[in-house]
Amino acid sequence: MIAERQTRVLNNVQAINEALDLALAQDPRVVVFGEDVGTMGGVFRASDGLQQKYGERRVFDTPLAESGIVGFGIGLAMAGLRPVAEIQFAGFLYPALDQILSHLGRMRHRTRGRFTIPMVIRAPYGGGVKTPEQHADSPEAILTHVPGVKVVIPSSPERTKGLLLAAIEDPDPVFFLEAIKLYRGVKGEVPEGYYTLPLGRARVVREGSAASLFCYGGMVEVCLKAAEVAAREGVELEVVDLETLIPLDTQTLLASVQKTGRAVVVYEAMRTGGFGAEIAARIAEEALDYLQAPIVRVAGWDAPYPPFSAVENHYRPDAKRVLEAVRKVLTH
Amino acid sequence: MDTVQYLDDHGKPLRDIPLSNEALLIGYRALRRARHFDERALVLQRQGRLGVYPPFRGQEAAQVGVALCLKADHDWLLPSYRESAAALTFGMPISKLILSWRADPAGWGAPPNVNMVQFYIPIATQIPQAAGVAHAQRLLGKDAVAAVFIGDGGTSEGDFHEGLNFASVFNAPLLVVVQNNGWAISVPTQKQMKVQRIAQKAQGYGIPGITVDGNDLVAVWSVAREAVERARRGEGPTLIEALTYRVAPHTSSDDPSRYRTEEETERWLKRDPLLRMKNCLLHLGLWSEAQEALLTEELEAEFLSAVEEADRAPEPKPWEIVEQVYQEMQPDQQAAWNYLRGEA
Ligand SMILES: Cc1ncc(C[n+]2csc(CCOP(=O)(O)OP(=O)(O)O)c2C)c(N)n1
Repeated sequence: MIAERQTRVLNNVQAINEALDLALAQDPRVVVFGEDVGTMGGVFRASDGLQQKYGERRVFDTPLAESGIVGFGIGLAMAGLRPVAEIQFAGFLYPALDQILSHLGRMRHRTRGRFTIPMVIRAPYGGGVKTPEQHADSPEAILTHVPGVKVVIPSSPERTKGLLLAAIEDPDPVFFLEAIKLYRGVKGEVPEGYYTLPLGRARVVREGSAASLFCYGGMVEVCLKAAEVAAREGVELEVVDLETLIPLDTQTLLASVQKTGRAVVVYEAMRTGGFGAEIAARIAEEALDYLQAPIVRVAGWDAPYPPFSAVENHYRPDAKRVLEAVRKVLTH
Repeated sequence: MDTVQYLDDHGKPLRDIPLSNEALLIGYRALRRARHFDERALVLQRQGRLGVYPPFRGQEAAQVGVALCLKADHDWLLPSYRESAAALTFGMPISKLILSWRADPAGWGAPPNVNMVQFYIPIATQIPQAAGVAHAQRLLGKDAVAAVFIGDGGTSEGDFHEGLNFASVFNAPLLVVVQNNGWAISVPTQKQMKVQRIAQKAQGYGIPGITVDGNDLVAVWSVAREAVERARRGEGPTLIEALTYRVAPHTSSDDPSRYRTEEETERWLKRDPLLRMKNCLLHLGLWSEAQEALLTEELEAEFLSAVEEADRAPEPKPWEIVEQVYQEMQPDQQAAWNYLRGEA
């Protein structure tokens, strides 16, 4: 169905803006709020023009308080609305961790389904764009360790639009992390009109047989670049975009390992305790017999993400480091 | 700042009472019902038939007076662990409360016609949420209000401030009721904050802050009623500080003799909210000892049948652990569910 639609070339921010616009138009319960999202349209312009179009009751600025934003959203959701909150940068989610850990993911469970939180929390994450401290953090491992939430990290405009609309329709709380590097850094054909893409599916974005690269968000671009370089040397790498970390599409992941026998996991958060460790563990638990080499992780170093440009390129995994890991799994 | 008061320490009206005789009787009955629940719950706890239980003895009027102003199927209540009295008065069935304090999942959800969220254990987290619930009423075009309770210690948490700020900026129909019971476990109010009156904090948010005698049901009820009416009219939130005292220990596992004196407790026992209300009724010729005895019998019968009902609830099943995590069970929960049912 989506295939038959007209498409236009959009970047990720435009895709998000379009999704929010369609959600507000389609469902009167949807409200969009956060710091500077109203008049200004968000620091990345994701909600540009929406307050003018839908008014201050549907699209509103909040006081500068992340725990307040998430807690307020939980209340709006419990009372029957469909809140879509923006946290200005994922590195500023930390003041709201109490609300997130204590209630967001537990409300359905602790009230036996009497009160539920169909809320979306959008936040820009990840590096590669020369930002100050805390603006490039990738806190997905913290969020995936919260029971009762979903975590989605799209990597292309078409996927971003459909997944965001699906997240807003979803009956459970969804973290929607948007790679800052990709906001304007990727463009793609995006179908017109309202459509959703299912959460919980990984997708093979490049087929190959030599080894599997598992990645998401901002690292998909990096892995595709590495795969291209490898292909010139005759090495065909498979690139799997996990897209939804919770719930995780283990099937697609394992199928890829069964096919290639080699796995490299790429993520830009600090290596230790990162979500890549979860991927590696699932592979080890369920597909060890297929492995022809140990699983290798390529990740940020065990240090805070460095601010500004001078050294951040040494922190964030790039195609070169991915290829080094590929060499390791191929020559084991 | 003045403290709103209608009854003196012995229950004698100090001025005209803005409640009908019928209302006074309803109020006294609600106080007695709450006290009865509290006493019997502690007994159940001692018998090992409840988990840890946070009693509220001494704070009945502060909770009941507010809950009496709310409609369970219209308004909202977001209580902390100490508010069984508010929950009961708001409309939570006793059997559900018992199950809830048994930590039985069957007690975790309020019935569909009772907008009460399960007791909050982390301190103050419900305040921003209550602001959201309240704001949603306005967005949905309803005149419903939300009421939220915390203790004096809870006002030190960041969420108290963020929640009040949100509520005031959005003019949300919210009642924030602080039961200033003198203690946060073992820490006295003077070590919690430098202000004399918690109600003063309302000034920081540009909303009304009222201190009320929390052991005077007439005072709490009338102050709360006014705040609810203001909220329904779209005039925004109110912070109510109810001055009261936790005569009971912090929880069933606490030993208050380590931090406070018996004299202090004795002093407050003399200002018991039930005694004051009863004296008020006697003074007005609305009550008799015979009626009192009858009421006790009635409340005991009600409680016993609720315990029986709670006891009839089926044992929670191990696999309920992974139910209600998501609306649709996801693969990881499904795998755990199968395992716990012995089907894996
Ligand atoms: C966030 C958080 N920190 C600590 C605790 C442990 N705790 C439970 S009750 C309590 C004291 C609360 O005092 P107050 O807010 O005055 O309420 P009261 O118990 O007197 O009704 C503490 C520290 C908790 N439940 N939540």
